[in-house]
Amino acid sequence: MRASPRRPGAGAAAAGTFVGASSGSPNCEAGVRRLAHDIMGKTLLDKIWDAHSVRELPSGQTQLFIGLHLVHEVTSPQAFAMLREAGLPVAFPERTIATVDHIIPTDSQTRPLRDTQAEVMMSAIERNCREHKIQFFGPDTGHQGIVHVIGPEMALTRPGMTIACGDSHTSTHGAFGAAAFGIGTSQVRDVLASQCLALERPRTRRIEVTGRRQGGVYAKDVVLHIIRRLGVKGGVGYAYEYAGPVLDAMSMEERMTVCNLSIEGGARLGYVNPDRTTVEYLRGRRFAPAGEAFEAAAQAWLGTASDADAEWHDLVCLDAADIAPTVTWGINPGQAIGVDEAIPSAEAFPEDERAVVEDAYGYMGWSRGDRIAGTRIDVAFIGSCTNGRLSDLREAARVAQKGRVAKGVKALVVPGSQEVARAAEAEGLDEIFRQAGFEWRLAGCSMCLAMNPDKLEGRQVGASSSNRNFKGRQGSPSGRTLLMSPAMVAAAAIEGAVTDVRSVLAREER
Amino acid sequence: MSTRGLVRIERVSGRPIPLRGNDVDTDRIIPARFMTAITFDGLGELAFHDVRFDAEGHAQPHPMNEARYRAKGPQIALVNKNFGCGSSREHAPQALYRWGIHALVGESFADIFFGNCVAMGIPCVTASSSDVARLMQLVEEDPGHELVLDVAARSASYRGETVPVALPDGAAHQLLAGTWDATQLLIEAMPRIREVACRVP
Repeated sequence: MRASPRRPGAGAAAAGTFVGASSGSPNCEAGVRRLAHDIMGKTLLDKIWDAHSVRELPSGQTQLFIGLHLVHEVTSPQAFAMLREAGLPVAFPERTIATVDHIIPTDSQTRPLRDTQAEVMMSAIERNCREHKIQFFGPDTGHQGIVHVIGPEMALTRPGMTIACGDSHTSTHGAFGAAAFGIGTSQVRDVLASQCLALERPRTRRIEVTGRRQGGVYAKDVVLHIIRRLGVKGGVGYAYEYAGPVLDAMSMEERMTVCNLSIEGGARLGYVNPDRTTVEYLRGRRFAPAGEAFEAAAQAWLGTASDADAEWHDLVCLDAADIAPTVTWGINPGQAIGVDEAIPSAEAFPEDERAVVEDAYGYMGWSRGDRIAGTRIDVAFIGSCTNGRLSDLREAARVAQKGRVAKGVKALVVPGSQEVARAAEAEGLDEIFRQAGFEWRLAGCSMCLAMNPDKLEGRQVGASSSNRNFKGRQGSPSGRTLLMSPAMVAAAAIEGAVTDVRSVLAREER
Repeated sequence: MSTRGLVRIERVSGRPIPLRGNDVDTDRIIPARFMTAITFDGLGELAFHDVRFDAEGHAQPHPMNEARYRAKGPQIALVNKNFGCGSSREHAPQALYRWGIHALVGESFADIFFGNCVAMGIPCVTASSSDVARLMQLVEEDPGHELVLDVAARSASYRGETVPVALPDGAAHQLLAGTWDATQLLIEAMPRIREVACRVP
């Protein structure tokens, strides 16, 4: 047993369902280890960890098998070069999937790409995938998109898996009850070469969100509120298990938004236990099992959920009644407030935090007593791996129908994938956006990190449905980002300023 | 063979540089617009670019722009809390390393940044807030000495003062045993990897 675990409720004896095992016999040592754990019940993370453990390394770390490796163009070329230099093959190309998302332009994707460096990166990932027989979902496949959007929508992401990707927002996949790790390029090389990572098991913190969300309060608001409460470094060393009635009631896309931002709270990963919502989302998707095999898989998936008598190292409870539409005012995602609040004064923070708070005031240009509502914006960005899915676009479109993009505001809608774009177009969302004055773009990461031509300029203020408000994040070294839900971004776009989406939703359509 | 061979990292010594501030994110360490490349070449001089230079390219007050903190050979950065938060981009530690920073002593590190550093053979060790403050003060008063980070002994010494430092056992073992480049070690278990692959999703 690990140090000072917490047990909310003393459940009955654990079911102790073994994750993922469909064939072959586990070795004795692993069997004994599982038995010892089963006495107390296990968390989802424990179950996945034990099932994917290849061995204990001399360092005491676990050599953990990675079921799915997602690859994109920015963090992989150096890893492929390292492999080439070492003369190593890709060990499990069939468990490796690639796409292009960060650098892809969202206006025209005609080859060669206008940005010569982007073309070099695009060509490199195509070549690396060809050479190593890795399936590549490029723009001509109809399935290109942000790696954390296409994995789930094609059911490459499934409960009980381990997933790695050279991208911090890999935590998104935890929404399915997977253990999903963001990694750097040297670790991408390790996974390509061995399908494994050397890791220490994080501790687990269960975060229960109780009560009910008010109207106009979205998954983005819930997770920004969590980070506001626990801080951007509160999660260091932890896996976050999100639970409680609010998470139970969320759709898979909403859960993805929550898990996506785990990393912004400092957590190594985040997950939600799989349930019927998870199973029904996966049914019929491209890489999901079909027919009877699906029902058998569904049972196994549900069995990966944390046992009722599992132990967590920490437990946090939050009440959804306290959550308002939330907006960041500063330079990290924890610097967030309800839309009806004023920018907090430095004295409201622990002494240790004040330097970052003062830095944020200066960078963002706040004066004492300023309120977030009414803050003028120059750019509105709806998209990203956080909020670029169909339900996000639907919610934003509901708001866009209430008005037109304000004069002087540039408003972009960037679907998270080609599949999201097709689905949105099939229900006419693109037309709603266009008629309201938004630009409807092609799929990619776009202005979330501005590695393509979509960038803030100068000190522009961007209302953004993305995940980071770091200094310079959206492409201009002095650009300013206000993070919020897609519906709040749409409201800001039509008002030209930060606005409580609830007041816009109450209006008649234009 | 491993891509870089077995290099044990028991001790790093070098001129220190204080990089003050909590929650220094990897976008600040290396802005994304400098990542449109297929190698890590040239990142060193771009480390902290947008903090070190204004829009016209004029140098701003920053320790990395101060000659007194610049030395030939490896250097050691002193940092505060949650250093390296945000993006998983290894471009961040690559930029720091190529600038000359071969080890970091701080109050705490973001998990992914820490893992990337270990995988590159860069020790990130933690010390108490008061010890980090003391080291920063000693360095700012007189930066012209070698800071010695003894990974094996878990200590950092500067100008005759020694403070205890910590790092997780697993990472310490990887650095001391020279298995921080884990590729070869992981591949060794290929028969067992294949067994696991047969039974997990």
